[in-house]
Amino acid sequence: MMDDSVHSPDDALQPRDASRSSNTVTVSLTLNGEPVTLEVEPNVVLLDALRERLDLTGTKKGCDHGQCGACTVLIDGHSANSCLTLAVMHEGCEITTVEGLARDGQLHPVQEAFLEHDAYQCGYCTAGQMMSTVSMLNDKRIGSDDASVKEAMSGNICRCGAYKNILSAVQSARAKA
Amino acid sequence: MRNFDYQRAGDVAEATALHGNDHSADFIAGGTNLIDMVKLDIMRPQRLVDVNRLPLTDLESLDDGRLKIGALVTNTDLAYHERVLADYPVLSEALLSGASTQLRNVATTAGNVMQRTRCPYFRNPARPCNKREPGSGCGALEGINRNHAVLGTSEHCIAVHPSDMCVGMQALGATITVEGPGGTRDIPFEEYHLLPGDTPEREHDLNDGELITHVTLDAPIDGARGHYLKLRDRMSYEFALASCAAVVAMDGDAIREARIALGGVGTKPWRSHEAEAALSGQPATEETFEKAAEAAMAGAVAHRDNAFKIPLAKQAIVRALATVTAQG
Repeated sequence: MMDDSVHSPDDALQPRDASRSSNTVTVSLTLNGEPVTLEVEPNVVLLDALRERLDLTGTKKGCDHGQCGACTVLIDGHSANSCLTLAVMHEGCEITTVEGLARDGQLHPVQEAFLEHDAYQCGYCTAGQMMSTVSMLNDKRIGSDDASVKEAMSGNICRCGAYKNILSAVQSARAKA
Repeated sequence: MRNFDYQRAGDVAEATALHGNDHSADFIAGGTNLIDMVKLDIMRPQRLVDVNRLPLTDLESLDDGRLKIGALVTNTDLAYHERVLADYPVLSEALLSGASTQLRNVATTAGNVMQRTRCPYFRNPARPCNKREPGSGCGALEGINRNHAVLGTSEHCIAVHPSDMCVGMQALGATITVEGPGGTRDIPFEEYHLLPGDTPEREHDLNDGELITHVTLDAPIDGARGHYLKLRDRMSYEFALASCAAVVAMDGDAIREARIALGGVGTKPWRSHEAEAALSGQPATEETFEKAAEAAMAGAVAHRDNAFKIPLAKQAIVRALATVTAQG
């Protein structure tokens, strides 16, 4: 579950073509408001670039196949699975991770709401849950009732089952926004 | 995940030139399906041509009433577009019933058309699969096949087509425009996805190097209403066991014109002309709907675990029709 796709065990079974392993691409993007330039191989997904190259480990790797939502970040303001997109595809994009939510030492209202409502147990899914919440609250096309929130958040799995408190936190953050 | 070379195209001509009719190259747009398959080692591109910078993100209402959708319009933006909400609600409902918010925010219109089956035998390189490796056999035929197709199957493949969006488009009628080494051409949506037959590895009517640039929906049927009903193992973020896109125009108490397409049961997004013929000119009663459902599923073939899909699909058709004819 936690294996790193860049260095996954099955890579050892595959012959590494030297010319392929050195074909890095330069990518410049905005990360949590700051300009960042990266040299990465084309097969590095955004999630691994964040965690392994930029030491931003707040974004979590769960399933690595877009099924759990632990890796959710904002790409140009919209929630996305960072495990299913290549870092090299994001030249010029604005990426926001959970590390970019707090401003000037103040937690983001969504972070405050998750604390206040005890909207987690183990915390592994929490960064993804909060990024989906921020994206959803900014997207006025999504309804504000509980059923719409549950539907819009169904791409974020919580194996502890903290959904009830997550819903409370979301609606509380909405009320304060 | 295996590595590959990466090139970024700025326009359609550059994208098709970079691809260059090369079997080992693939286009990448949203990537939500492709990257998953590269990770699973069931697709092994040597080179990816990134088409995300192409100017194919617009929706355009044409003078003849049709809606021209750029290949890169995301599933989210398409679902909430004012013309889609007003004139093609069945498509909006289908899109919003599929995948998750994060995936819909990234997945594109053309990518959804191109998405491949979630058959677990296809997705596991250790298993035989005629679609992935022609001639290796089909693990699903005698295997665990609860989620597999009952319509359009062959002795070589029973993989179900996973898309909801395509079922909505199949009901509405649409045209896929592609550009490639041979120039530009239009493909009727209904002819785009291919039945597995003896060549399950051929999934669509696309030549090497061709790129989808647009999907154009037919003009809406005058006075028609639409509804997409999706039945699945859980209420959200799950593929269909059976789904029905119903578009119906009434003439008094009688059905003037109906379009029926099915998901979760076919090897391709399934249009049922048989059901449509059984509805045309008939009163909008449950008896009529049941006849249409029987007609739609008359050719269904069940395997060990998926016989339940036949009555389930019939019930989806009846309920979708009851809902759509009760509207307004």
